[in-house]
Amino acid sequence: MSLGSPGPAAVDFCGLSLAGPIINGSGTFDAIAALRVFGDGLLEAFPFDAYVSKTITLAPRQGNRPPRLWEAGAGLINSIGLPNKGLEGYLRDDLPILTRLPVPLITNVMGHSHAEIGELVSTVGSYDQVAAIEINVSCPNVDSGLVMGADPAETAALVSHVRGLTNKPLIIKLTPNATDVAAVALAAQEAGADAVSLINTLRAMALHPKTSEPWLGGKTGGLSGPAVRSIALAQVYEVAQRISIPIVGIGGVQSGDDALNLLKAGATVVAVGTESFRDPTAGSRIGAELAAISRKERE
Amino acid sequence: MSDRTLAPLGRRLVELTQAKQVGAYRLMTCCDPDGPLPQAGQFYMLCATDGWGGGEQERPFLPRPYSYLRASGENSELSFIFEDVGPGSHVLGSLQPPAKLWLMGPLGIGFWRPDDDRRALLVGGGIGLAPLAAWQTELADQANAVALLGFRGTAHADAAHLLRDPQIATDDGSVGHHGLVTELLESELDRDSHATVYACGPPRMLEAVRLLCERRAIPAQLAMESTMACGFGACFGCVVPTRDGYLRLCVDGPVIDAARVQTALEGSDQ
Ligand SMILES: Cc1cc2nc3c(=O)[nH]c(=O)nc-3n(C[C@H](O)[C@H](O)[C@H](O)COP(=O)(O)OP(=O)(O)OC[C@H]3O[C@@H](n4cnc5c(N)ncnc54)[C@H](O)[C@@H]3O)c2cc1C
Ligand SMILES: Cc1cc2nc3c(=O)[nH]c(=O)nc-3n(C[C@H](O)[C@H](O)[C@H](O)COP(=O)(O)O)c2cc1C
Ligand code: FES
Repeated sequence: MSLGSPGPAAVDFCGLSLAGPIINGSGTFDAIAALRVFGDGLLEAFPFDAYVSKTITLAPRQGNRPPRLWEAGAGLINSIGLPNKGLEGYLRDDLPILTRLPVPLITNVMGHSHAEIGELVSTVGSYDQVAAIEINVSCPNVDSGLVMGADPAETAALVSHVRGLTNKPLIIKLTPNATDVAAVALAAQEAGADAVSLINTLRAMALHPKTSEPWLGGKTGGLSGPAVRSIALAQVYEVAQRISIPIVGIGGVQSGDDALNLLKAGATVVAVGTESFRDPTAGSRIGAELAAISRKERE
Repeated sequence: MSDRTLAPLGRRLVELTQAKQVGAYRLMTCCDPDGPLPQAGQFYMLCATDGWGGGEQERPFLPRPYSYLRASGENSELSFIFEDVGPGSHVLGSLQPPAKLWLMGPLGIGFWRPDDDRRALLVGGGIGLAPLAAWQTELADQANAVALLGFRGTAHADAAHLLRDPQIATDDGSVGHHGLVTELLESELDRDSHATVYACGPPRMLEAVRLLCERRAIPAQLAMESTMACGFGACFGCVVPTRDGYLRLCVDGPVIDAARVQTALEGSDQ
């Protein structure tokens, strides 16, 4: 952690040695755009102990039509639609810049079939700059029609398929929109995943105040922010009872206390998402608060 | 060389030094000693220290984007002008000096000077006058720059004096020309069409300006709006459609070459 106050102790996260336990949630911090806005000062005070890139897919995606945002009670509903440059664009344009970041790089990928995800994992995994791969399983499998992360058997089949394609740590980013998230997490572990991360956003929607039509261009979206914090805590706690691989705790983290709760519930590292929108240095602040709490507890 | 004035990393706490009513609008000045001098058309994300971030009233939760109206390097003053249209602007509007507020910026890309000798036509609709006032100040060396401002009526037109020598149009005819600001623009272009148009205002007005300039082959820069969650390119929520695909307004705008814009209407609820 590049902070005024000393950061928390180093964390071992499935073989990666992180300077502290605070990372970013995929899709909530674009380090490349942030470099354009804040300049290279960002590199000296990078807010996270590892950087998770936005979800990339095999082919480029435009994303959903606007509006993409709705401010909810203590939260945000987004229907961004995973816009990205595709695998080729990521490797060509983004990877050289992301290599400049002072922390390990975790690349997040998503696909519509085992074959697509397999190609993403083996290609991305072959780059030395990539420390780990996170797979976003919130997407339907075009071959089975099932959301990959909503069903334990689907998840197991996917993880088994990709496990042999890379030696890099594989993190499965679970969807909270599943009947039994812990069963899915267990299936991921048994099929060879190195870690799971949760929670992703919860399916939600808003109606246009005047027309009563869906407000968001994508009709429904995903809820994040403080509004989901207690749900994240429950899911992380439940998953931690059932698995032994490390957990990335995500959901509504705004303070060192919030981060500590997720750690106490069983997470090894904590990701900050929506709070970074309110303050790009929120990750540093939360890390410092957490370190201060830990120091006090030790005294 | 960057295409913008860079922002210090993170938000900073600044003190409100003045808050007053200008007709229907609220003018707010704060002291920002740690910020650089911004470029006209750039904006800041603002939020109050209390009553913001969820809690009892639920909204506002995210900071809100505001163009700056005036910036002074000498006393580090930064002014904003806005209308009470919802929970965020309502909380900001109720602040009194010496309240503190969070501010991040300057953000985005502002107006740029054309590389020819076209005169500047500044076209504003309502509160869209804010970045235009800043731009007029930067264009102080251009004696033939003209400001055209449209308002709903008297209370809103009160703010017109924040620009130098504006021509005014009002919907109700209470001040200046009875009609639309685009009608003022038409007659200015009839008089002398060797001009660049710089426009900011509600989507329907911007779209009218865009179509008019397109028809008459007049170069134009549009300061656009969209809902923003972050202001620094993190959320991909603020996109507008352009001929090159969706573009994040906070990092690739808010000022955009009109020739790139497909429509100034999409994403707006007007
Ligand atoms: C670059 C830029 C510069 C700007 N500069 C200025 C300026 O100088 N002066 C000024 O007055 N304004 C300016 N604006 C507009 C200003 O940011 C908005 O008016 C402000 O965010 C309104 O916040 P609010 O909470 O008061 O209103 P909101 O309640 O957010 O309402 C504003 C609009 O947002 C939509 N909306 C309503 N509810 C929601 C919801 N729950 N979630 C998402 N959207 C919703 C509706 O379309 C509504 O009309 C600028 C905007 C941008 C992008
Ligand atoms: C605007 C936005 C975009 C997101 N994009 C992605 C994404 O591309 N891939 C992904 O796995 N998760 C994505 N997420 C989910 C976050 O990484 C995180 O899991 C979720 O927001 C909960 O954390 P929070 O409450 O701290 O924001 C996104 C969330 C938001 C708000
Ligand atoms: S407001 Fe978040 S990307 Fe533009």
